Order: sequence, then structure tokens, then C-alpha cells
Amino acid sequence: MFRNQYDTDVTTWSPQGRLFQVEYAMEAVKQGSACVGLCSRTHAVLAAVNKPASELSSYQRKVFRVAEHAGVALAGLTADGRVLSRFLRNECINHSFVYEAPLPISRLALKLADKAQVCTQRSWKRPYGVGLLVAGLDESGAHLYYNCPSGNYFEYQAFAIGSRSQAAKTFLERRFQGYKDYTPEQLIKDALSAIKETLQGEKLSSSNCTVAIVGRKDDGTIEPFEMIGAARIQELIDSMEVAEEAPAEASSMQEEERGSEDAAAPMDI
Amino acid sequence: MDGFSKSIGGGGPNVPAGSHPAGGSQAAAGGGATQRTQYPYVTGTSVIALKYKDGVIMACDTGASYGSTLRYKSVERIKAVGKHSIIGASGEYSDFQEILRYLDELTLSDHMWDDGNSLGPKEIHSYLTRVMYNRRNKFDPLWNSLVIGGVKKGPKGDEKYLGMVNMIGTHFEENHVATGFGNHLAIPILRAEWHEDMTFEEAVKLVEKCLLVLLYRDRSSINKFQIAKITTEGSTIYPPYSLKTYWGFTHFENPAQGAVGSW
Repeated sequence: MFRNQYDTDVTTWSPQGRLFQVEYAMEAVKQGSACVGLCSRTHAVLAAVNKPASELSSYQRKVFRVAEHAGVALAGLTADGRVLSRFLRNECINHSFVYEAPLPISRLALKLADKAQVCTQRSWKRPYGVGLLVAGLDESGAHLYYNCPSGNYFEYQAFAIGSRSQAAKTFLERRFQGYKDYTPEQLIKDALSAIKETLQGEKLSSSNCTVAIVGRKDDGTIEPFEMIGAARIQELIDSMEVAEEAPAEASSMQEEERGSEDAAAPMDI
Repeated sequence: MDGFSKSIGGGGPNVPAGSHPAGGSQAAAGGGATQRTQYPYVTGTSVIALKYKDGVIMACDTGASYGSTLRYKSVERIKAVGKHSIIGASGEYSDFQEILRYLDELTLSDHMWDDGNSLGPKEIHSYLTRVMYNRRNKFDPLWNSLVIGGVKKGPKGDEKYLGMVNMIGTHFEENHVATGFGNHLAIPILRAEWHEDMTFEEAVKLVEKCLLVLLYRDRSSINKFQIAKITTEGSTIYPPYSLKTYWGFTHFENPAQGAVGSW
């Protein structure tokens, strides 16, 4: 992993045919706090862990609305994420202006991937240090894409990125087969459960997660991309806990400990 | 717009600048390296279209005039665009060919995405509106009135679309549209007799009624028409055919009857 000889700039290949700078950029994504995305045939849900940089600060926003029919959740360097969100919003607006129709989500993901690829082939640039879960609608229904700093992108039924995302992925792997036919509420609950896996013991509440949903109703009207309110999230969390008969919740002492352990650098959220 | 330039009369395209409603003023100032479109040269006359039960039906004649000369008599002024739309144009024929080239590029790049999404009639109409309006703002219009019709599967089922955009960028969507002389002669008929969910036969009858009036009254029309339709199955442009005309009116029998005397 740590081959210092060939990792000075992104335009240098290693003898094994790897671009280390790109791989290091993907590492930055793993440092960010977790994000989860799932989709059914008609709806897509994004959820993120809200992790404040310190006790005194508020948390970094990680879920952004890109257009009425699309949104992103990001993990990694949020500054890079902000710039890319602005790019996505611009592309959607431009398309809407010319064609008076929403930019299909697959094309949005492709444009984003092409933009990321440019940074892997210029000696004066660096790859974007952020991974994005892009969720939205097109003619054929709801879709979820993961765009990585390498310029690759893949479509997923469900995915998780960021720190401790493996726990969420394991959870999703067990359940994703049925997602195509899930109702929006079922999707949201599974998203919350997946997020819960990444918290590993910390109590899930509406204050430490953000959930957003976008979809198309049976009659064809669009349910625009929007964050779900804290009260509703708490309601869903409570109903999930009642169903699971969850064990006793973590004490405030445990939360404090975790705060100092996982203190992340301000940009790495 | 296209009807007016015909009615002013005088020979071919060499009509003085002042008589044109738009674009002419720039010609006087000219003399610079760039030229602006000033007048149309080879023009097509009216296009009419209406929505019916299965989709959209569009019709026009196959003539193109060079001023007052009926120069070309087998011109196809309705073309298919992509899988879901048809476009008809009146006005400058070469500008229509240019527009078809733009649409070709559009549909090609749409196809190259290879992702199951395709441009519907609404998107094409919007795109053309942008093109027409931007050209108008540069005082270099594409001298056409375009009619775009199509059917595309939307979230609420099959959605029929019919819209028009002209050389100054005016655009709208309607159940029935017409260009040129059709605005004056065909639209009143369509307003009186169009209704929702007409069958194909009813729609053709109504279209033929309008075409006949245009044939009698528009001097740049010819008795050779093409009808095109677009449905969910795709587009069909029928081969050209003629309408039966009637000239046996009593007033035509002895035209010089009232022309007695010398003043």
C-alpha cells in the first residue's frame, strides 16, 4: 500500500499498473462519516450520520438536493463535495432550461464521473477526495449511483460509504433482494437500520442522522427530493425500536468517550 | 409571417427591405463582414396538425416556392425525429434542412448515451424554442414556423404532445396548430370542429377539409399533399396524394358576365 516511489503525482503509474494518488483519494472517502443509499423501483432514499467536528460545533451537511428529482449524499472532503454539488445543480438547471425536462439521473452520474476522471489525468490537478451517492429519477424509475474519486461509477440497489460502512453493507447485503418492491416507509426504516449499524452502539436518534427521499408516486407525480423532518425520523426510530425490543440505551458517558477517540480533522467529515 | 411576404407580390425574392416586418432594418445598416438573414428564398407554405385519439396527425402540401414561382413540387416538409416525434416546417426550406441537421446531432448524442432514455416531443420543442429565440436575438433568424408533434410514454401513461415555434421564438402547446395561411384559414375550422379523441378517419377528414380550403385560397399551395401521423407505435409519413377539387360554380362559368363596358 505505501509505495512512496510512484505516488508523487496522479499522472505516474506504478509498475503494477496502479495510480496511487487515485487510491489515496479513495482512502479519504473512507475517513468521512457514513452515508447510506437504497432504492426501490419508484423511490430512492439517502441517509447520513451527522457527526460534529467537536462538542462545540454543529455537524457538517452531507446530503444535498441537486434538483427536484435528484440529490446526493457525500463522504470525504466536504469542501470538494460542495463544489461537486454545485456542478451537479448547474448541470440539472442547464438541462431543464433547454429541454424543460429533468436530466435523467444516469446522465447526471456520467457527467460527474467524467468530471472526476479529468482530475486523474492532469499533472496539475488532484482527484476529488469525496465519494458521492447520487440518487434520483429518470424514465425507468428510481436509481442509485456511487461515484468515486477515480471517475468510476456504479449503479446500486443499496450501498454504504464512509467510516464503518462495512457494517452497513453487511446489513444491506442480507436484505437488498426485496428492495425493488419496498414501500417508501420500508426503505427509510432500512436506511435508518443501516445507519444504526455504523454507529456501533451509539444511540440512533433524529439528531445524529439525516434522511432524504425522492420518488415517483403511482399516479406519476414526482415526490421531490427533500429531507425528512426530525420529528418524523424520531417517530420511525421509535417504532423500529419497539419492534426490535432493543436493549438498554448507551449512557452519556459512552458518547463522551467516543467524542475524543474519533475526533476527526475538521475537513475529514 | 410567411403569408405576409407572399401577399406583398412583385417578383421573386428581391423584395425591398422595408416591406418586411422583421430583419429588414438590419440590412440597410449592413455592408459589414457578417450578413444577417434578410428574406427567405425557397419557402414552404402552411402546415396543419391536430391531436387525435392515438396520437398526432400532421399534414402539408409538397410544394416549395421561389418567390411567386412554384419551383419545387415534391418537397417533403414533414420529417420524423427520433422515435417519438414528427416535425413539420413552413418558411425557408434550407433553414428547415439546417434544423433537421441540429436534430440529427441531438438524436445521435441521445442514442450514444445508450441508457434507455430518449428525447420526447416536449424536449425537442423546448430545444428548438431555445435555438429559434437565440437566433432571433442575433438578428439572424431561422426563417421557419415549426410544428412538433409526438407521443411519449410518461409516468401517467401515453402523453400526446403538439406544439409550435416560429422564427421569433414564440412557442406554445395546443390541441391543434397551423402555420402561415393555415392560421387564418384552417384554425377557424379546427376550432369549430376539433374534439377530444377523434378517430384516425375523422382526423383525416378534418385535415383534408382544411387542406382543401388552403388549396383554393392560398396561391402558394399545390394539389399534392402528405399526411403524417405519430402514435406509440412510431411515425408514418404517407405517400403524396391529391384532393378532388370542384370548380363548377355558376359564377365561374361566364367570368366576363359582369365586365360590360369600358369603365
